[in-house]
Amino acid sequence: MTHTFPSTRRTLLLAAGAGAALTLAGCDRILPASFNGVDITGASYAQDFRLTDVEGRERTLADFKGKAVMMFFGFTQCPDVCPTALVRAAEIKRLLGTDGERLQVIFVTVDPERDLPVVLKAYTQAFDPSFIGLYGDLQKTAETAKAFKVFYKKVPTGSSYTMDHSAFSYVFDPKGKIRLVLRHEQSAQECAQDLRQILGTASA
Amino acid sequence: MKFVSHTLIAAAALLGAHAHAQVTVKDAWVRATVPQQKATGAFMRLDAAKDTRLVSASSPVTPVVEVHEMAMQDSVMRMRQIPALDVPAGKIVELKPGGYHVMLLDLKQQVKEGDTVPLTLVFEGKDGQRESVEVKAPVRALNASAQPAKAAGHGEHKH
Repeated sequence: MTHTFPSTRRTLLLAAGAGAALTLAGCDRILPASFNGVDITGASYAQDFRLTDVEGRERTLADFKGKAVMMFFGFTQCPDVCPTALVRAAEIKRLLGTDGERLQVIFVTVDPERDLPVVLKAYTQAFDPSFIGLYGDLQKTAETAKAFKVFYKKVPTGSSYTMDHSAFSYVFDPKGKIRLVLRHEQSAQECAQDLRQILGTASA
Repeated sequence: MKFVSHTLIAAAALLGAHAHAQVTVKDAWVRATVPQQKATGAFMRLDAAKDTRLVSASSPVTPVVEVHEMAMQDSVMRMRQIPALDVPAGKIVELKPGGYHVMLLDLKQQVKEGDTVPLTLVFEGKDGQRESVEVKAPVRALNASAQPAKAAGHGEHKH
């Protein structure tokens, strides 16, 4: 992707960056960024959602304007990937320091039949009191997953069932534009670097 | 599910047959749940003196305990019950987030941080002989990280 902007601005920014590898952000333009995650800026999927929070309110992306939003799809009975992703999210928030207040972490359940609001609430808040859980009915869950290109599938196991699901975290910038997909393997440090760019607080 | 009764029979049959366990279980822990959360995982390290396999597990906290493998394929998390987990002699097999775990399903009550969850692990050697190992796994916070317990945290293995 190429971006053009006045050369004076570029010079100033480069000077301010003092040769740092990190791209500076913080202006209206999307500067050439070097993310650890997958840059999906301009993608036509993962645009918005309309889901219910644990208090029964309908939430959309617009509710979180001014904050970067990091969204993860999972289920609370997941013993492994979901807690690991949410532990990482809490660590990212911590690494961002005071800027962490401008990060909203959202956990969307792909198992609304078992993840009742009371479970979702306690679960997300166990990782950080600011994290929120969202859910929809089966149809809305399927539509949301499709809109985000998230795969999930109910798989029987013994007398119960488990869920296969994508383990990506999606990141929106404070203006509500989809920017990044973070892979499960990326460290909290790598993710926090990316979030600093998204929040426009990357430093040299 | 008949894990409990099977294990009791196996354990009874083994009483006196083995003075010393061939398998050592270290650093076992269970991830805490929130109220009404029906499932969680147990993690540990297995060290066997002879080639063996973990063939089943049971716990008084639930009638449904399964041995699972988690795999990431194309960034999709898949979790599957496996019939047995090989534990080769002298090679420590880790059950940890990102790999294998003992899955506790259909929990009747919350598993709280600080509690202890008894687990009975049944191993089967190449000769078909079964050995069960009792473990008391401490419950770590729901947001416990994937790192294994501290080096000093051994000694959770009880008979």
